[in-house]
Amino acid sequence: MIGIIDYKAGNLTSVARALHYLGEPCEVTDDPGILDSCDRIIFPGVGAAGEAMINLRSQGLDRWLREWVASGKPTLGICLGTQVIFERSEENDAACLGIVPGSVRRFPGDLKDQEGRFLKIPHMGWNHVDFPRTHPVFKDLPAAAEFYFVHSYYPAPADDSWVIGWTDYGLRFCAAIAHENLVAVQFHPEKSGTPGLQILANFCRWGGQDAQ
Amino acid sequence: MLSKRIIPCLDVRDGKLTKGIKFKGNIDIGDPVEAAREYYEQGADEIVFYDITASSDARNIMLDVVRRVAETIFIPFSVGGGIRSVEDMRAVILAGAEKISVNSEAVKNPALIEEGAKAFGNQCVVLGMDVKKVAIRPEIPSGYEIVIHGGRIYTGRDALQWAKEGESRGAGEICLNSIDADGTQEGYEIELTRLVSSQVRIPVIASGGAGKPEHLLDVLNEGQADAALIASIVHYRTHTIQDLKTYLNGHGVKVRMQW
Repeated sequence: MIGIIDYKAGNLTSVARALHYLGEPCEVTDDPGILDSCDRIIFPGVGAAGEAMINLRSQGLDRWLREWVASGKPTLGICLGTQVIFERSEENDAACLGIVPGSVRRFPGDLKDQEGRFLKIPHMGWNHVDFPRTHPVFKDLPAAAEFYFVHSYYPAPADDSWVIGWTDYGLRFCAAIAHENLVAVQFHPEKSGTPGLQILANFCRWGGQDAQ
Repeated sequence: MLSKRIIPCLDVRDGKLTKGIKFKGNIDIGDPVEAAREYYEQGADEIVFYDITASSDARNIMLDVVRRVAETIFIPFSVGGGIRSVEDMRAVILAGAEKISVNSEAVKNPALIEEGAKAFGNQCVVLGMDVKKVAIRPEIPSGYEIVIHGGRIYTGRDALQWAKEGESRGAGEICLNSIDADGTQEGYEIELTRLVSSQVRIPVIASGGAGKPEHLLDVLNEGQADAALIASIVHYRTHTIQDLKTYLNGHGVKVRMQW
């Protein structure tokens, strides 16, 4: 059973729908008792970091999440879920969970494309992710696969060795991290067509070790 | 770098497509869910549903369509038409849409943009704009005026100013429809698209006029659009989305080629 953490951050049902399509049993819940009984967790979310942290703290899920990740069980962060596992976010200048060393930064307002035109923010749409090494959750993806992003802030881990996927948008940013039993992506695998579903399916079969 | 998006638009009334869509073997598809599946498989980057259901009693039919689409395709899609309140938005988002589009409703009640952005995030709110070219006059300095109700009512609002106002009120994206070009299949309104896209910092989807692959190339390059909305060009099987993307890719436009 896969637990999808419900912390009132946007529409969490799209992840559940994708898992349902893949035939994977899951439950969207904020009940730590139910979450404890799951064998893996997805931590999704859309919205602002500050509000997300307020909700997590008020539900006691901040401490629960730190303990869960430390327990070694497979964990997948998506979008805002990925951002709030860092130490801080520039969005609302929020102190976050501190599970991943580093911070979340806003795309600078003066990013330009090759023709010198300002890049639009949010970074919204399909972009390539470069995976420099293999990982069980990111295996069997077509080389030219693209993923759906929608965000104005990007993860900046303190240690590049945690980064498993890089994306270019005026600057090179971390689109995916992998460390021990934790993987986290800035893009939306549940909205990225077949390659995105492949990542979710891989995660559902992953034991939590960072090796093939 | 980010790919330019190709977005088919489906008009729905009482839960059915308003025009049948011809697919393989000339099968007529009247079911919006099946049409969405076809376009998803052809490589659509996103899908726009426009609900033209007149009666509010039939809104639950559309919500059922949204739910079934969300179980079938795994790319973003938006729903517009008749969304008058945050509660209307919430119902559509909970049914599974990523984005909601407001058009005439936002002209009548601009605070709807802020309320939607505050409740669901800027990325959820698309400002749809129907625009007609008019003589330049003091209140319409760009020469493009916002019209509502399918172009029947002139609002006295300047299109460029309304786009900027929409952005500052929290819209995450603009869907810019030229009423003059709409349905002609003679090409997008390039000048209007470039004007708006170069002066706002949120993505702009160009809409109205696509009849040939060259039209998409022009609006994505010269028009500086971030995405192109298409309808008849794919509904009547003149082209598939894959054809259009292959053409654009061959002409140096970055589009998503693998799905």
